[in-house]
Amino acid sequence: MKRSPAVEKLKSRFLSRKGRGFGMTVSRAAATILQASVICAGLASVASAQVAAQRLLDSAKEPQNWLMYSGDYAGRRYSTLDQINTKNVATMVPKWAYQTMAGGKFETTPLVVDGVLYATGADDRAFALDARSGRPIWQYQRALPPDIRPCCGRVNRGFAILGDKVFLGTLDAHVIALDTKTGNIVWDVEAAEHTKGYSITLAPLVIKNLVLIGVSGGEYGIRGFIDAYDAATGARKWRFYTVPAPGEPGHETWEGDSWKIGGAPAWITGTYDRATNTTFWTTGNPSPSNRGEGRAGDNLYSNSLLALDPDTGKLKWYFQFTKHDEHDYDATQVPVLVDDGDRHLIVQANRNGFFYVIDRISGKLLSATPYGRVTWSNSKDASGVPIERKEASPTLTGVPVCPGALGATNWFSPTYDPQTKLFYVSAREQCDIFSTAPQPYEAGHAFYGSAYFPNDDAQPFWGAVRAIDPATSQIKWELKHLSPSWSGVLSTAGGLVFTGDAEGNFMALDAATGKILWHFQCGASVYASPMTYAIDGKQYVAIAAGSTLFTFGLP
Amino acid sequence: MPQPNPHAPTPGKSAIALHSSSLACLFLLAYLSASQALFAQEKNPYAGDLKIAKLGEYQFRLNCAFCHGLGARGGGRGPDLTRPQKRHGNSDAEVFHNIHDGIPGTAMPAATNGGIGVGMSDEEIWQVVTYLRSAQLKAPAKPEGNAAHGKELFNGAAGCSTCHMMEGKGGRLGPDLTSVGASRSTEYLVESLRNPSRRLAQGIFEAMKEFPQEYESVSVVTADGTKLSGVVLNEDQFTLQMLDTREQLHLFDKDKLRSFEKRRESAMPAYNQKTLSDKDLQDLIAYLQSTGAQ
Repeated sequence: MKRSPAVEKLKSRFLSRKGRGFGMTVSRAAATILQASVICAGLASVASAQVAAQRLLDSAKEPQNWLMYSGDYAGRRYSTLDQINTKNVATMVPKWAYQTMAGGKFETTPLVVDGVLYATGADDRAFALDARSGRPIWQYQRALPPDIRPCCGRVNRGFAILGDKVFLGTLDAHVIALDTKTGNIVWDVEAAEHTKGYSITLAPLVIKNLVLIGVSGGEYGIRGFIDAYDAATGARKWRFYTVPAPGEPGHETWEGDSWKIGGAPAWITGTYDRATNTTFWTTGNPSPSNRGEGRAGDNLYSNSLLALDPDTGKLKWYFQFTKHDEHDYDATQVPVLVDDGDRHLIVQANRNGFFYVIDRISGKLLSATPYGRVTWSNSKDASGVPIERKEASPTLTGVPVCPGALGATNWFSPTYDPQTKLFYVSAREQCDIFSTAPQPYEAGHAFYGSAYFPNDDAQPFWGAVRAIDPATSQIKWELKHLSPSWSGVLSTAGGLVFTGDAEGNFMALDAATGKILWHFQCGASVYASPMTYAIDGKQYVAIAAGSTLFTFGLP
Repeated sequence: MPQPNPHAPTPGKSAIALHSSSLACLFLLAYLSASQALFAQEKNPYAGDLKIAKLGEYQFRLNCAFCHGLGARGGGRGPDLTRPQKRHGNSDAEVFHNIHDGIPGTAMPAATNGGIGVGMSDEEIWQVVTYLRSAQLKAPAKPEGNAAHGKELFNGAAGCSTCHMMEGKGGRLGPDLTSVGASRSTEYLVESLRNPSRRLAQGIFEAMKEFPQEYESVSVVTADGTKLSGVVLNEDQFTLQMLDTREQLHLFDKDKLRSFEKRRESAMPAYNQKTLSDKDLQDLIAYLQSTGAQ
């Protein structure tokens, strides 16, 4: 088929308009407006446009803003905003929508700072919007090379912010800083070679003057790491390899040279405890994910919780959730800091189906209790850590195991509500047949040594929001979903829990009972975690679904 | 000509300065290189290589077995690929193209990043094509039955057309069967007739649906006491879309129904030896297999 020159011209004109020309005009206009408003408002406005590190520490003092991926350093995804509450949420209406026009999954959690919303989208696009109206201030799209290796969609989960910069990890494994006023690149550093299977999808975490970030690539036989970059310059300050090299503690948990391609990617944002100056990061599967042959041992620090010194990257302690994993049970769920009297805890509903309560000072496991159907483990070791049942090890012909390869939950965020003292998580009830597929390692090629597929005779998959009491690890209530959801959960002081489902509904639940109080059909499965913010005394709730960012508020 | 990839990266900020005519040139270049790539894809470089077929089998497990089953005999969503006659093209080039670019209008995704599995290289796709050739049934599975008699049964004594369509004629309560014979293994078809509830029809033809229509049976009592039964077309937490046994479409808010009951039992009767002899069964399958392969 030959296209006429006229069509090509139209197309290029459309592209240039949709792409850069438009963004340029708007960002120039916005810069002018911003300058004007700064002049009018004086010094106070200049100061508030800067997000100092102290503001991140004191995020609880400004609940109208959403300053980091999980809302606070504790990873609670909880807001003290209560204008929208159990009494009036039934009247909630859409406020505005922003269309990215991108295909694929839309996994972002926006940041909101002083009236401006910053978010990312598929293919490493990004945008700043007037958070009142959804009107763009600037738009950015990375020119990605054609040979990137994103395992599971061309996704991104969001920004981190410090000063006048927002930080983004890219699918070609770079870390970049954009100017909050213009979207222009301030610095751009390569974290790893994307052709070897590295990519970045998570939102970074800013601590003091450092940008902390991990990598994806557990399906490509990478060697995982967590990095810290100077926010001002992009210079790398430290790197912690999640797979120890010869001579380092933990190296003995790998067979032969398997550590070189050991995986253990850190692909979900960590949390931070200022009291002990410790940052907590979680890691994914050892490579190849579903085939343990060739990597005998526990395979540290795959599927682990790492307690690191944020200034140096030095490991304080670790806890491994799944030893020698053969079921793709990444531990990449936000490790949530919970204080229960004088107990300082980390709680995590792990992809492997257990709810873990850990002392975050010592790293000691306090309990591990199933919160969904579990068949991969039926015993625990002396310290209470669940261990794999021999018969659950994948074979060439396949064995049925619960949870399935996508887990009892996945990367989408849980929430902890200090009012109800409950932890809420989207749980997935899905079992799979796991079989092996021996495969040689080749740099940059998919390397997971396995296949998984649904059991023909299996009952249909389903899901649920579960409210777990961390004091007892018991499930207080559940709200069933028709199918497993990929939506995170947000809780608010309005007595509400917000979440989405795979059928496209976004809904508000009574945090005490799980009763649905309000819902809206977004028109596409939700693959994101909700957040909330306020401007001019009006509270908004935001969720990404399909190619659209929706916000809701009271009429 | 492969469809443009909707996920293809668009130019970044550096492209601002590009004049529209140079963009047009880029398009032309992309078009030329894409056509060259297509020509290069006509022939399987590994045809008949059993070692490569083995590698292809593992690639198949990694990327394809989730839908097409181990051994390529068809799974929950994907058709049996061991049949010599494939619905969407039989040549190596066509099979390569179907994996590489997906099949529009079906659940088959493109093997680009974020599509099938973790993305497949051209080399890996050729390995899979080689494997599929080696796994293909040697003797063409020639239906032994009498397709003409099968057609009579379908539209008459066996009552299939009450609920199923073949080539535009028949009922709507069950799945359209026009292409089922070209997609599913004989064993699957036999089982679907003898024991239809064992696994409900899954959305092999349902494009763009993550959770395919399964033709679950449903009974409801409406607010005014009307009792209805039929099959589920779709539903979510709050609403139900169903066809009743007279093919009337009903759209309900679940909380307005007096009762709502869904069963994972097929609305289709199980055909035993008495209601459908082995000979008639064979004829019916011969009829199903005689249509739909393009």
